[in-house]
Order: sequence, then C-alpha cells, then structure tokens
Amino acid sequence: MSRRNSVEAVPLEPAAETAGGVRPERKPRFAFRFELDPSSKAAPWWTPIASVIAALVVCGIFIGANGMNPITVYAKMLSGAFGSSFGLTETLVKAIPLLLCGLGVAIAYKIAVWNIGAEGQFAVGAVAATAVTIYFPEMPMWATIPLMIAFSVVAGGIWGLFTAIPRTYFQVNELISSLMLNYVGLLLLDYLVFGPWRDPKGFNFPGTPMFSDAQSLPLIGDTRLHLGIVFALIAVVLYALTIRYTRWGYELRLIGANTDAAHNAGINIKRHILIVMAISGGLAGLAGMTEVAGVAHRLSYGISPGYGYTAIIVAWLAKLHPVGLLVASFLFGGLIVGGYSVQTIGLPSAISEMIQGAILFFLIAGDMAAKFRLRRSA
Amino acid sequence: MDFTLQLIVAAISSGTPLLIATLGGILNERAGIIQLGTEGIMLMGAVTACITYLHTGSFVLTVLAVFAVSAVLGFVHAFMTVSLRANHIVSGLALTLFGAGLSAYIGKPISGTPLPATLPKLNLTFLDGIPVIGDIFGHLDILTWFSFLLVAAMHFFIHRTSWGLHLRAIGDNPATADVMGIRVQLFRYGYVVIGAMLIGLAGADLLLVNSPSWNEGMTAGRGWIAVALIIFARWNPFRALLCAYFFGALDTLGFRIQLTGSEIPSYFLKMIPYIVTILVLMFLGWRNKNKPSGSPEALGNPYIREQRF
Repeated sequence: MSRRNSVEAVPLEPAAETAGGVRPERKPRFAFRFELDPSSKAAPWWTPIASVIAALVVCGIFIGANGMNPITVYAKMLSGAFGSSFGLTETLVKAIPLLLCGLGVAIAYKIAVWNIGAEGQFAVGAVAATAVTIYFPEMPMWATIPLMIAFSVVAGGIWGLFTAIPRTYFQVNELISSLMLNYVGLLLLDYLVFGPWRDPKGFNFPGTPMFSDAQSLPLIGDTRLHLGIVFALIAVVLYALTIRYTRWGYELRLIGANTDAAHNAGINIKRHILIVMAISGGLAGLAGMTEVAGVAHRLSYGISPGYGYTAIIVAWLAKLHPVGLLVASFLFGGLIVGGYSVQTIGLPSAISEMIQGAILFFLIAGDMAAKFRLRRSA
Repeated sequence: MDFTLQLIVAAISSGTPLLIATLGGILNERAGIIQLGTEGIMLMGAVTACITYLHTGSFVLTVLAVFAVSAVLGFVHAFMTVSLRANHIVSGLALTLFGAGLSAYIGKPISGTPLPATLPKLNLTFLDGIPVIGDIFGHLDILTWFSFLLVAAMHFFIHRTSWGLHLRAIGDNPATADVMGIRVQLFRYGYVVIGAMLIGLAGADLLLVNSPSWNEGMTAGRGWIAVALIIFARWNPFRALLCAYFFGALDTLGFRIQLTGSEIPSYFLKMIPYIVTILVLMFLGWRNKNKPSGSPEALGNPYIREQRF
C-alpha cells in the first residue's frame, strides 16, 4: 500500500495511471467509514440535549484543571438559578431580554440573514427608551411607557437597517457590519452614561438618574418580574402565527429554504431583508427598553451581560422553533444567574460564557454528526 | 519627529496585530475555509501569552505556548468544517464565543497585572543617521520585523511555488485539486491550523507590544476588523499590509486627536475604525458590483468526494 506523503512529488499533469479516467482505489485505513446518510434530513430532537451535556462535561474538565470541583460549581449554579423562588424569578427576568433578542436573531435567520448585532440593537433600544425619560420627564405613565416602547423599537430597527441596507445594496457581509455596529452602539451608550446623561447626584456612578415610577414597567405580584414578560410572550406567539399561517411567513420560509427559487417565484428578496432586519433590530431594541424600564430603572454602564451574543445560541439551540425559544431562553437565563451565583465562591461569571460557547460547538457538531452513518467498508 | 512620522510609526505598531491576524485569515480562506473565530483565537492567544510570560518570563516559551493553544483551536475548527462539514460561520462564531468566555475565565486572576517587560526592539543604530527611514525602521520590535518577512514569504509562497498553486487550487476548485492528487482534506486541516497559529500570535502581539496587561475582551473587535481586512485586501498579502496599516493609523488617530486637546469625546473617536470598516466595505461593494471580489471560489463549501476514506 503506497501513500503519497508529499504533494511535490505529484506532477501537475494527470499522471499516467489516472489519465484513462481510472483511478487506483486507495485502500481504506479503517474497516469502517463515515458516510453522509441521504435518508436523514433533520437532525434528531436529542442533539440539543446531548450538546448541553457534552458542553458541561468539557467545561467541567477546564474547571477541574483550574483546581475546582466541577460538581460543586455546577450544583452551585443549579441551585442559584433554579433552587429558590428568588433564583427562579431572576432566571425569568434574564430570560425576557434573551427571548426578545433570540426572536430577533431567529426571524433574521429564517431568511438566512446573520444578525449578530443584537447586542448593539439592545444598547440603542435602551438608550432610546432612556431618552424619553430625559427629555419628557413629567409625562404620565400611560404616555411614557408607550413612547418608550416606540422609541426603543424604532431605534433598534434603524440599527438593524444600518446592517440591512449595506447588505442589500452594497453586498456588504451582514456578519461584519452588524458586529461593528455592536461596538458603535455600546460606545454611544458609554458616552451618554459617562458624559451628558450622568446623574449629577450619582457620586460619579456611570449611570443616569433613577427612573420615576411612571417611567418604570409595572411589576408582577410581589416579585422583580416585570410586564416585559408579557411583551416577550406576545412576541413569541406573533412569531409562531406569522411564520406558520400568514402568506408573508410563507414567503420568509421560502426565501430561507431556497433563495433562488424564491427569487424566481417573484418574491422581492431585498425588501424582505430590509423589513426582517428592521423587525429583528426592533425586537432587540424592545429588549433594551424592558431591561432599563423593568429591571435596572436607569441606564448604566455594562447594562447587558452579553444578551445579544447569548441570543445567537438561544436561537440555534431552539432551532428557530417558538417553543424551543421559550425553553432555551429560560435555560440560558438560568445559566446567566448561575454564573452570578458562582461569584460567591470566588469564581468569575465568565464560566457561563464559556459553557455557552461550548454548547454551540457541540450543537453544530452533533447536528452534523447525526447525519453520518457508520458503514462497513466494502 | 513630526506628527506624520509619529503617526506612521504608531500605525505600524498598532497595525501589526491586525496584519498578522489578516495573514492568518488569508491562509485559511485561500484553502476555502471561512475563519470567523479570529476574535476568539486572538483573545486566547493574548491570555495564553500573558499567563506564560508572567510565569516563565521567557518570550520563546510564550510564543510556543501561544502557537500550541491556537493550533488546538484551529484544529477544532478544521474538524468541524472539514470532517463534519459543519457550517463555517456557526463554527467560527462558536469559536469566538468559547474563546471569549474561556479567556475571561482563565485570565481573571491575572487581569490588570502589568507585564514586567514588553517585546524587545531591534535597535538598528546604523539607520539612525538616515532621516525618514531611520525614524521608521530604526526601533521596531521583533514581531513587526517578523510580519514584514511573513508578508513577503506568503506572497512568494502563494504566487510563486507549486505548494502555493496547490493551495489556490484547494480553495478555488477542490475537485480539480483532488484529481491532481492533492489531498484536499489533509491540506485544509494544515492551513487552518497554521492560519490559527498566526491569528493567535496576533493576539499575543497585541498584548506583548501594544497593551502589556491582560483585560477581558481586550481585542475589542480587532479580530473582526481583521476578517473585514481580508476582503479589503482581496486575499492578497501585500494589500493586507497596506490595509492593516491604514486601520492601525485610524486606531491611533483617535488617541492622538485626544492628546491635542480636542473637544470631540473619545467615545466618538473610538467609533471611527468600526464605522470606516462598514463604509469601506460599502464602497468596495459599490465599485465591484459586477466584478469578481477575488475571493476563493469554493470559499465556505465543504468538499465531499464520493467514496473517500
């Protein structure tokens, strides 16, 4: 059995042995081989679960290598996120922006547009909602809250269009432009909270003055859970109904499935990209509004612990399915809260980011690996 | 030195990490693999460099450790994209998220600790007498000289050697390359791993030369700018050098405008590189509407050959 180790040894012209179109069979090194199985279309339902478990195992190795017992760390995260009614409401509070941003990412991905700019859209949404409180401080609640919602959705939508317009008219890859706009949006937020909007009575704290009760979202019951959860749930239902039952949703699915076919069917793809990116950004902007008006009650430095990036994984883990989005955003809300809770035993909350990245890895690896079948070589 | 000369020197110094990362990316993409994990690999390179240097005090060991870590990350990306045929974009995103999280986790204890020394400079004193050249080239650090060499070497390799021809064939038309007897999958692995090693080195350069202490997320999107630079440079090493220094100049320009006591808040000056990236891409898109971009033709496509292995 001869194996070529060097490419230089191969002449550029077809070698004599291959000239006749007959190529000598290379003996397989293994008796088994992986093949793409044409019969499996969708990845099985268990890959998201398996990928979460695999990611926890691998990150556990890193945690163990760092001198901590991974079981202790995971138990701490689990009990911090889901073990008490306080932890559970905190998890739900974190799930709200994740669900809204995740919906935004999901709807863009429905037409194969990669919006990784939810973080920036979230930031400008939060800024726009805060602008209402700064410039119209004395309005009653029934006017303030709707205006905050409108401002944040429009601001996030415009941020989305800043990505959609270069993509449709100038062939600019939306991955790069949406990511660059994240940095621009976050710098804008930093400028405002460190500069003109900084609370003069805030002892140099980088944040705006606290919102009044009329500028805050009502809380549900006696908890920290706010009205934003209703917005998020309405948004999921609208997403599910639109995609499944409307003509527009059908067109989106068609574009996502086969852009050329959709184009030939007379669907205006450019217009769809513009609309979808505006909606996508608007949802992330709304998430920014619910966070400042529902949780923080002020705009401050570092308002998002990376919701926009986590939303990408939420959307992927959910496979863009509405129910999956609900489950995934709840789980990842728990992951963020669990990340905070390990700080009490002296670990950085970046553990949760590391687990998130690993989950995404195993998810795509699992989805692809599930399409392969082990075959006995002939 | 006058303002322009200072700007050129600063542009080279802050453009070097961008240049090395872009060259690594070009190597990846010439072989047909999209590499969006740049930001994550750079962060891992920087944190590895910081930890190894603080513990060993040896630049050689530091560079070796950075190579080892980024080679592993590159291997993971190659396994996902070449063997599992996963979507290059998601795999790269996962790499970036994982790298950002892991680097923040393992870098937490040393965060903010200043390095005892930065990378040594090559003082070519015999150049000092020559007015402009002496000012620019007289006191550059070793990695900058390495990056000059790398540009020339990569240009020669890609365009003048048969290995380079094979590399281009793998990226443009893997089926033909396969018929020629080139082991497409093996070489894609190799180029992704080497490319990732360069990207990791870029992160180390950022830490060892430009800002000698580890901070969470210290690359601040430079990895993504490097991804855009590949497009500006049209997959060509020499153009990459020009584009990287242009962005290096933008990077330092904001800082320099601030030093002159300008009224513009620094936050807006920091936005410049990001906004310029989008504007340049738009300009290129508008100008090259009906022209090929220079991108490898099979970029992002998995190569599947019937009955291989």
